[in-house]
Amino acid sequence: MKFYLWLSIALLSITATAQECSYTLSGYIIDLHDNEVLQEATIIIVGSERSVTTDAQGKYVITDLCEDQYTLQVSHPACETQLVKVTVSGNTTRTINMEHHLESLGDVEIVAHAHKSKSRTATESVVDHNLLENNSAASLGDALKNLSGVTSLNTGNSVVKPVIQGLHSSRVVLITEGTRLQDQEWGVEHAPNIDVNAAGEVTVIKGAAGLQYGGDAIGGTIIIEPEQVPVKDTLFGRTIITGATNGRGGSITTSLIKSYNNGWYGGINGTLKRFGDFEAPDYVLSNTALYERDLSVRIGVNKYRYGVEASYSIFDKESGILRSSHVGNAADLSVAINSQEPFVVEPFTYDINAPRQEVKHQIAKLKSFYRFDNFGKLSAQVDYQRNNRLEFDIRRDSDDLRPSIDLQLETIGGKIDFDYTADNTITAKVGISGRYQDHFPDPVTGVRRLIPDYQGYDFGIYALGSKDFGMWTIEAGARYDYNRINAEKFYITSLWEAREYDVNFAQFVVEEFENQIFVKPEFEYHNFSATAGASYEVNDATTVSLNYALASRSPNVSELFSDGLHQSAARLELGDLSFNQEVANKISLNFTRSTDTWSFTIAPFANFIEDFILIEPTGVQQTLRGSFPVWEYRQTQARLLGFDIDNNVQVTDRFEFSNQFSLVKGKDVTFDRALINVPSASTRNSVTYTMPSVNNLKLSLESNYVFRQNEFPDTNFDVFLPETNTTELVDISTPPDAYHLLNFRSSIDFAINDKSNLNVGLMVNNLFDTSYREYLNRQRYFADDLGRNVLLQLKINY
Amino acid sequence: MFYYNLKLIIKITLSRKRNNTQTMKNFRNYTLIALTAISLAACSSDDDGDIPEIINEEEVITTLNLTLQSGAETIVLTSQDLDGDGPNAPTITVSGNLDVSTVYNGTVEFLNETESPAEDITEEVEEEADEHQVFYTPSAGVDAAIAYGNFDSDNNPLGTVVTLTTGATAGTGTLTVTLRHEPTKPNDGTLSDAGGETDIQVTFPVTVE
Repeated sequence: MKFYLWLSIALLSITATAQECSYTLSGYIIDLHDNEVLQEATIIIVGSERSVTTDAQGKYVITDLCEDQYTLQVSHPACETQLVKVTVSGNTTRTINMEHHLESLGDVEIVAHAHKSKSRTATESVVDHNLLENNSAASLGDALKNLSGVTSLNTGNSVVKPVIQGLHSSRVVLITEGTRLQDQEWGVEHAPNIDVNAAGEVTVIKGAAGLQYGGDAIGGTIIIEPEQVPVKDTLFGRTIITGATNGRGGSITTSLIKSYNNGWYGGINGTLKRFGDFEAPDYVLSNTALYERDLSVRIGVNKYRYGVEASYSIFDKESGILRSSHVGNAADLSVAINSQEPFVVEPFTYDINAPRQEVKHQIAKLKSFYRFDNFGKLSAQVDYQRNNRLEFDIRRDSDDLRPSIDLQLETIGGKIDFDYTADNTITAKVGISGRYQDHFPDPVTGVRRLIPDYQGYDFGIYALGSKDFGMWTIEAGARYDYNRINAEKFYITSLWEAREYDVNFAQFVVEEFENQIFVKPEFEYHNFSATAGASYEVNDATTVSLNYALASRSPNVSELFSDGLHQSAARLELGDLSFNQEVANKISLNFTRSTDTWSFTIAPFANFIEDFILIEPTGVQQTLRGSFPVWEYRQTQARLLGFDIDNNVQVTDRFEFSNQFSLVKGKDVTFDRALINVPSASTRNSVTYTMPSVNNLKLSLESNYVFRQNEFPDTNFDVFLPETNTTELVDISTPPDAYHLLNFRSSIDFAINDKSNLNVGLMVNNLFDTSYREYLNRQRYFADDLGRNVLLQLKINY
Repeated sequence: MFYYNLKLIIKITLSRKRNNTQTMKNFRNYTLIALTAISLAACSSDDDGDIPEIINEEEVITTLNLTLQSGAETIVLTSQDLDGDGPNAPTITVSGNLDVSTVYNGTVEFLNETESPAEDITEEVEEEADEHQVFYTPSAGVDAAIAYGNFDSDNNPLGTVVTLTTGATAGTGTLTVTLRHEPTKPNDGTLSDAGGETDIQVTFPVTVE
């Protein structure tokens, strides 16, 4: 066979001599695994002496060719050499894909290099491997907080929800290995059910530009990707052991990956975390212990042309909720707010008692891809997710061990995407996705269901593309989503009537009982979203980009159906069946200047949201338990303005200085006042001293200053206190004071043998044991935040 | 879930009769397979019938009756909130005025009337006496002293049985009855010292004459 090939090439080159030979063949050499261009690849025209190499952009040019068929031998040090047939007809372009074998995975440079932007013009930030590893004993939310513009909404210190440029919950879409996480993210006390140790890299898109992931990411999209597996015979792994003084616990995580030259691979990742009660500077935060166990396994084959992967993961976390945050009524809340210390402070323990949460999330997934030469990559995946959530409150009868909330959310999803890769000046993606969801609140609780039974049906279709024109890049995309909710719910009859649902939604009524009414609300929504943007490379160091994103989000089940007491929050929460979707128009600008010694980014944004759904206190309601604060959802016109600054200066070889500043201002335009729960401005500054000669010793000091939020709506209310026979103001609006935390971090590397190394890290968070409270921590009314925490971390790569 | 799926299958089968091209048939077969797969995976959460099970809130207390008895005279103070956590406020009734310088034997009763027959929560409170305490707080203007009439196993007050003794001064004000769960025991008899969570709090208008 090879003989004939050579023969035909020889013959062809003979016949070619008679023709005009002034044409050019040009193109790019691209690594198929990560779509990066390959520089210094060698291209030899077989049968001739001619050879060229690709430049820094991965481009090659061969001149003086005839209209003919040529065979090119393409080689690169990191790839297998291949032969490619090309027909030249006029001036011809041809992009050649190569299969790049990553040298080793422990190499940080390659991990960084493999990062591929998710959007060409939107503002995005990346949490790398090291930062994720430093937060091994903490949570995903804690790791993300290191990015400018990303803060968190906490319930204590173990339930950490990411907030992107002021927005959270259903407005932040979380994608884990291509699957949209369905973990009841609507609740403010529901943190993402993700093991931070299973992530290789996390990208945050600040805004809705990532249309391939969904059209409703008004806040942003968090994309979690696992470690890349090299295509070669290797076995490697990593173990991280962290011990912490605060909580007197720690975590251990291990991952092992085995891969073969033929493309087969398998990986396993396990994490165990155990902490006792955490401590504020002056007291124990009773009942804040946590226990987490996670496991993920995957097996697959990754060939040049196709790949298949099956994976399964389970996340299982039990966490205590601060005992003192469980109050009976508004009078109790008032007393708690005015008290300096929590009511219940008990000796340290590892026990977790009520109130507590037990969440379990499982994902089973099958995904595959197929590459079409010189055309693109087709990927398809199906996944099944099961989310179980148990919340145990303090019940009147302490022998009653049933949970007060027992929810199961099951989701089956599938999607097909096509990525056009034949021309590397163009990116183009199209795809469709579908989802079926079943939510089942178990009646065994004996407590009325907070979230009703429902079935959800979703369908989405999108197209997204970009094109480079020299210095300019233009990006555009559009998406349509169909959402349908079929719910089954019991309302208290008096509430159904008080909200005039008996007039406006009479068609949903199925049956009336003594004091409850059974209804089947059905809603459907058609959502359009789009993005457009341009970026301009002013010079080698400077890039400016502008992005516009239109996003639409259907109201979630909590916003629609909440209708009563949320015991763990000691408040009545009322949704509204008449809500329509939120529509956001966000414009973001990104200016980046990056040289070897200084990189600087400023990213201002403006987000205008029509029919923004928010929940805030609207008054008190009398019940036999006394008066209760009522929190009502409502829709309004909202406007969020702000900017993020990132600054990184390499002062000398050894000294690095970095600075971040984030500001967001939220306004309720309809009511002409500040929005509730907008993160305060903050700045983070650090100096790092590195000594490569002394085992890569790194010492770093970080200052984190959080300003007081001075813009907030006044939602205080009055409550009668029988003991003093007075009416007292319950100040639930005033944010806590500004605070300043200092953190210290150091690490040193030791080589164990050729393949293994040990990294020892010592970290101290809140160095001066400062007492503080954070505006966006729901337990700020009851107790101070965490005191000093000394952590010792051992990382072994092998 | 199975029921739901069955409906879908019936719907698909019905529409098949109307439209009978081969490609549509294939498409439907795939749909059926997909739906079966969905139902198999999702069947653990199940609605057996048309309607999910109704929940009568077990944690709610709808009614408090405080009966004060002195000889033949009985005064009943009642607070009833039949919609529980619903929007309607409790209805508070006081059957009469208290006399000065009188000793009343008081008993308190807690009911959940959303269940039928009504559940007597008082029994539960008395069984777990060490985790509960009822507090009686007269306001200024109400000259009354309360003495506890029953106690938990540690001999700390419980308060579902009390003695209320009015003083010689007539006046008008309020009497607040508070049921606390998991208070600090023993305590000095005030709400602030006791802590814990409020399960019930009702303020009655009271006149001593």
